[in-house]
Amino acid sequence: MITIKVLGSGCANCHKVEELAKQAAAQLAIDAKVELVTDMKEIARYGVMNTPGIVINEKVVSTGHVPALSQMTTFITNALAG
Amino acid sequence: MSVNKIVSPRSDTRGLVAVGAAAILWWVGYTVLQPVTEFIAYSALGLTRGSPLGDAVAFFLYDVPKILLLLGAMIFLITIVRTFFSAERTRQLLGGKRVGIGNVLAAMLGIVTPFCSCSAVPLFIGFVESGIPLGVTFSFLIAAPVINEVAIVLLFGLFGWQVAALYVASGLTIAIIAGLIIGRLGLERWVEDFVWKMQFTAAQDESATLTWEERTTRGKDAVRDIVRNVWLYVVLGIAVGAVIHGYVPTDALAELMGKSAWWSVPAAVLIGIPLYSNAAGMIPIVSALMEKGASLGTALAFMMAVVGLSLPETIILRRVLKPQLIAVFVCVVATAIIITGYLFNLVM
Repeated sequence: MITIKVLGSGCANCHKVEELAKQAAAQLAIDAKVELVTDMKEIARYGVMNTPGIVINEKVVSTGHVPALSQMTTFITNALAG
Repeated sequence: MSVNKIVSPRSDTRGLVAVGAAAILWWVGYTVLQPVTEFIAYSALGLTRGSPLGDAVAFFLYDVPKILLLLGAMIFLITIVRTFFSAERTRQLLGGKRVGIGNVLAAMLGIVTPFCSCSAVPLFIGFVESGIPLGVTFSFLIAAPVINEVAIVLLFGLFGWQVAALYVASGLTIAIIAGLIIGRLGLERWVEDFVWKMQFTAAQDESATLTWEERTTRGKDAVRDIVRNVWLYVVLGIAVGAVIHGYVPTDALAELMGKSAWWSVPAAVLIGIPLYSNAAGMIPIVSALMEKGASLGTALAFMMAVVGLSLPETIILRRVLKPQLIAVFVCVVATAIIITGYLFNLVM
């Protein structure tokens, strides 16, 4: 199972990314835990300065923009490949 | 970052051809716009040139597509420029710069760094943690939301390049001066304590490794998303502008722009502080204000107060700034905007 954390303050873009993450995981039939992290200290801990940030299995894969669904699935498959 | 990228030269060429074709179409559209819309207004619809209704309609028909074209081009270009920058890169560029130069650089970087106001807090933490002076960080945070490409295009389209240039120049000046003042006051103790205690290592930065195809895709997506959000404000703003254009005689407008009670600038700023709107939404209001007789300085000061200082933003910043610092921030920026407003009224 993979963990996908969406880092953001709760604005519309962050929710979009959260939805995309769930969609991508469903599309790949992957068991994924998607959570939205709004705590600023947590976000800073990952070194993310431009939200929305996407963290998969504790690794930051994207900052600052809403990816396309195809990009999201690429992030996930790359994370699985390790 | 272990993202596997397949960069095919063929997709890059294809992308370039697409952008080239779009640019040509854009240019053709832009050039024929005025004659075509004048034909529609004065021949097809049979309105009289020089009549208030005729001129207003011609202006509206011409300006809506014109501004949408300019907006599309501007958003596309600046989004691509922004793909070369990132918060991480800006943080590196600002690190170690002296106060003064740092403020100027920070304000200019505020224009080209991709930034959403919901990122204000993590960005603040990241900058401050890496040793960037407080004042310099503020210069960035003030410039970024105020100098907004949609506002610039709309001001250019409706009021001419001088007003647009003035807006950018004043946004930069306010950001630099306010940042310098805040830095001078030495208010580090009014930043929430946890910020200083944090360890911050920046996440990796993709701005250097994006392919051209990715950059242009982002440009395209930004155009689609932003135009979808602001087109109504654009139409409204131009409708108001069209009414002014057709119905208010040129001399009357010049007279009106000159008149302004001395208290109108601070009043406009004080009213603007608690209000919040995006930059595009402000343009119809600025047009309407000027129609009602507000001078340019007052109207722009109002716009900057609304866009640059917002209640939602101060609430967000409360997570890292103590109330005293927020108060100082608001006062310094407000004062800078007021002074700029007076300057415009004097100069224009």
